[in-house]
Amino acid sequence: MQGLQADQKLRQAWMGQLAKAPSDNLAKLFDSFVKQPEFTWLQAPEIGAVMVRGRAGGTGAQFNLGEMTITRCALRLASGEVGHAYVQGRDKAHAQRAALVDALMQTDQAPALQSAILGPLAAEAAARNTARAQKAAATKVEFFTMMRGED
Amino acid sequence: MYVAVKGGERAIENAHNWLDEERRGPQDIAELSIAQIRAQLSLAVNRVMAEGSLYDPDLAALAIKQARGDLIEAIFLIRAYRTTLPRLGHSHPIDTGTMRCDRRISATFKDVPGGQVLGPTFDYTHRLLDFALAAEGATPAAPMQAADPAPMPRVTDYLKDEGIIQTEPPCDATPPDMTRAPMEFPAGRPLRLQALTRGDEGFVLSMAYSTQRGYARNHPFVGELRIGAVDVSVDIPALGFAVDIGEITVTECETVNQFTGSKSQPPQFTRGYGLVFGQTERKAISMALVDRALRWDELGEDNLGAPAQDEEFVISHADNIQATGFLEHIKLPHYVDFQSELELVRKMRAEVTAKTQEAAE
Repeated sequence: MQGLQADQKLRQAWMGQLAKAPSDNLAKLFDSFVKQPEFTWLQAPEIGAVMVRGRAGGTGAQFNLGEMTITRCALRLASGEVGHAYVQGRDKAHAQRAALVDALMQTDQAPALQSAILGPLAAEAAARNTARAQKAAATKVEFFTMMRGED
Repeated sequence: MYVAVKGGERAIENAHNWLDEERRGPQDIAELSIAQIRAQLSLAVNRVMAEGSLYDPDLAALAIKQARGDLIEAIFLIRAYRTTLPRLGHSHPIDTGTMRCDRRISATFKDVPGGQVLGPTFDYTHRLLDFALAAEGATPAAPMQAADPAPMPRVTDYLKDEGIIQTEPPCDATPPDMTRAPMEFPAGRPLRLQALTRGDEGFVLSMAYSTQRGYARNHPFVGELRIGAVDVSVDIPALGFAVDIGEITVTECETVNQFTGSKSQPPQFTRGYGLVFGQTERKAISMALVDRALRWDELGEDNLGAPAQDEEFVISHADNIQATGFLEHIKLPHYVDFQSELELVRKMRAEVTAKTQEAAE
């Protein structure tokens, strides 16, 4: 999985972003921007589980931590581009929108989608993460030494 | 002996209808929504996800509602549901080094780089009932402060650099999966970790506590405890690369334990590891202590005969669904079994009585 092409890296990034976006937020941005494009299912949305793995000691031997739910689908636009989605949870509409954006990002609509959907999603995700990080930072302990017992 | 009997359908149906009514409770009290359970009973949701071994907060909240708050029943519902899901693959090992930490503390290094970040913890609360919560009211917003976006360094790395702690060399062998193959002993560490992370919190806690009380004591320090979000990445065969499919919250505990050494190896710290779905730190610390106790053989320690050192004992009894299934089945009709026991004991008593009478005559 090393040495991806630049376009693969971009696609990897937007697919991850679409998967991690809250379904409602994606729906709002998508539905207000995109007229539902024509497509055919290559694989209708399917709900299943993925086994999540961890490593002993954080860095050592792999072990099975437990499963998570996932919905996947694949579709082809009338213009021929194929979109895939692998999305956490059991929301088929989320997977469908993610696959549509994935397919549309391969068309000349990509810059428009980037600014209307992916950009705002990235900003929302950054704001969410920053807010949590800032709350965590406010709970960081500042030690001060009262007295040392050496004397 | 099992003998099939019929009957009781009406009683069972009525019992279940009453169960539904009791679950709902008085109609003049607002019904709980799944979103309320997910958001406001989140630690219960986390426990159900961890022991149900399925990360899906909405399903866990639904299970808690359906089970009337009985968490083992809720875990049972999740375990039953997960067997209906097709397995669509496995993830790359999550990288807890990149965790977006809500909480990160070390009990071994006061001035650990990245700092002691308490997060939303019960620690240092006075454990006094807060009657203000009994009245509805607005909650003040949590304070915020500028944050360093750099990932938190691992505490054990500082010891590793000095060579005074045992290392965890990466190994990418496919780990065994207890949900796919019958358990066999010796299980080995990857399988033990899987069993412990989905094991009953109370059981794993008690096993860990037994080591602290002296049954195979292993002198643990919490080197690091961190709670936060990590990305989960899965290979997409059609594309030939891996994609993040979502993010999950996990709790990780690394213990630093007392030494082993040998003629060739100077003494060094050893370690135990806990990793659990959700914010579940009691469980993660317990898991790390039990993991460490079960490593006695690998680390060249003596088997002291302590329960927490006995892999078969620990793993065979850690699963609360197996345990409750076997325990609770004894309340189901055993009329025929009992009838045979009854006849047997009557016969034995008759024989004894006859012998006593014979002796008396």
